[in-house]
Amino acid sequence: MAELAAVTLTINGEPYSLELDTRTSLLDLLREELGLTGAKKGCDHGQCGACTVLLDGRRANACLLLAVALDGAEVVTIEGLAQNWSLHPLQAAFVEHDAFQCGYCTPGQICSAVGMLDELERGWPSYVTRDVSSQPRLDGDEIRERMSGNICRCGAYPNIVAAVEDVA
Amino acid sequence: MEPFRYERADDVGGALATIAHAPGAKFLGGGTNLVDLMRLGVERPAVLVDVSRLPYDRIDAGEGGSLHIGAGVRNSDLAADLRVRTRYPMLAQAVLSGASGQLRNLATTGGNLLQRTRCPYFQDVTKPCNKREPGTGCPAREGEHRNLAVLGHSEHCVATHPSDLAVALAALDAVVHVVGPGGGRTIPLVELHRLPGDEPERDTVLEPDELIVAVDVPALGFAERSLYRKVRERASFSFALVSVAAALDVADGKVRDARIAFGGVAHKPWRAFAAEESLRGASADERSFAKAADAELKQAQPLRDNGYKVPLARNALVRALLELA
Repeated sequence: MAELAAVTLTINGEPYSLELDTRTSLLDLLREELGLTGAKKGCDHGQCGACTVLLDGRRANACLLLAVALDGAEVVTIEGLAQNWSLHPLQAAFVEHDAFQCGYCTPGQICSAVGMLDELERGWPSYVTRDVSSQPRLDGDEIRERMSGNICRCGAYPNIVAAVEDVA
Repeated sequence: MEPFRYERADDVGGALATIAHAPGAKFLGGGTNLVDLMRLGVERPAVLVDVSRLPYDRIDAGEGGSLHIGAGVRNSDLAADLRVRTRYPMLAQAVLSGASGQLRNLATTGGNLLQRTRCPYFQDVTKPCNKREPGTGCPAREGEHRNLAVLGHSEHCVATHPSDLAVALAALDAVVHVVGPGGGRTIPLVELHRLPGDEPERDTVLEPDELIVAVDVPALGFAERSLYRKVRERASFSFALVSVAAALDVADGKVRDARIAFGGVAHKPWRAFAAEESLRGASADERSFAKAADAELKQAQPLRDNGYKVPLARNALVRALLELA
C-alpha cells in the first residue's frame, strides 16, 4: 500500500503544499501532477540529463530526487527561465544557433547550461582543467566536459557548444 | 518501486533511533545510487531515513593542514573547495572524474563511499547474483566481465567498487568516522571496503545501523603533487576501466615516498602498498616506475575477457608517475 508524506516547496516561484506517495520523483511530480512537461523523462536513471532542473540554484536530475525529500526547496524548470515573456539568454542562444533537432533533450540541456555557467562563475574546476587549483577558463573542451551529463541523440552537440559559448 | 515510509532525521540521535526500530530501513543521502537501485528493484527498503539535513555539510581545517570532511558534503562542494584543490589535487580530480555535474551536485561524501557496484548482473533482478541474493551464483565469472575485477576477487563475486573518490581517499590514508548504537568508531578507509570472499553481499565492514558522519584526510605535504587519472570507454561520464591516484615525493632524482591506489580493478579501492614499497629509495625514472607497477600487479588474476586491465593499470601508473616526477 502506498505511503504518503507531506512536502512544501516552491516551483518556478509558486508555493505548493502537497501530500504525495513517497515514491514520487520530482520529475513525475512536475510532469504528471503539476502539468509542467518541459523537463523530459529520457532514461529515468540519471544517465541522460533530459530531466535536468535547478534545485536551490544548482542543476540536478529530477528523476533521482524523491519529491517528499525536497521540503523547503526552490525548484526552477525550463518553464521558469523566461522572464516577462522574454527568453533567457541561453534559450535565445539555442534558437539562434539551431542547437537542437528533435528538441527532446533541449530543456535539460538549457537548465544544465544555466547551472554550469553559474558553477564556472564560482570558479569550480572540471576534470579537464589543467591545474585544478587555478581559476578555470571556458573553452570547447571545458564545455563538453561540463555538459557530459546531457545526452543528445540527434547529435546537435557542435551547435549546443556554440550556443553555450555565446552566452558564457 | 516498492512502497516505503519516509522519515526526515533532524539530529543524529533521531536517525539512529529510527533505523534501530525499523527493520529493513536505509539511510538516504543524495539518493543518486539508492533511488536508482530502488527503481531497479535491487534495493527494497521499508523505510528511508533521510540524513541529508544533518549538520555534516562542512569541510573544516584540522591540525597541520589536515581536512575534516562532513559526510553530507556534496561531491561538487568537495571538489570546489580551494583547500582540497591545492593540498590534494588527486582528491578534487577523482571527484570531478565521476558522474556528471548534475549528479555531483546531489551526491554526498558518505553516500559516494557506500555506492554499490555497477556489475550488470547485480543491477538486473532477473539474473542470479551472490551480492544481491546470496547463494544464487555469479554468472559474471563465465559471462560479461570485461569491466570487472582482476585483483582480490573470489569464486563468489568478481564485482568492482565504482567510486573514484574512494580511490583517492585510500591513497591519502583517510579515516572514516562512524556512529552507531554503541557510540562512535573510526575506520581507516583502506579497511572500510571488503574483498568479496564468501560474503559478497557485504560491501563494507559497516553494520546496517551505522552511519558515516565524516572523513578525515591527514596532512601530506607532497600530496600537493598528486593526480588522478581515469581510463574509460568514453571521454567523460563513465565508470573507470582502470584509474590511478598517485602522489610522489622526489628529491635529487630519487623517490622519497609515494602514495598510490588503483580503481576499477577490485571489490575495493586498491591501495598499492607493494608498488609504494618498491618505489621508496628508487630512481625516479620509467624503469623504477614499471618495476613498481609490476610488483603490485603480479598478484592480478584476470578473468577470460579482462586481462587487458593488467597492462592498462601498469601503463596508467607509469604514465601518472612520469607526469609527477
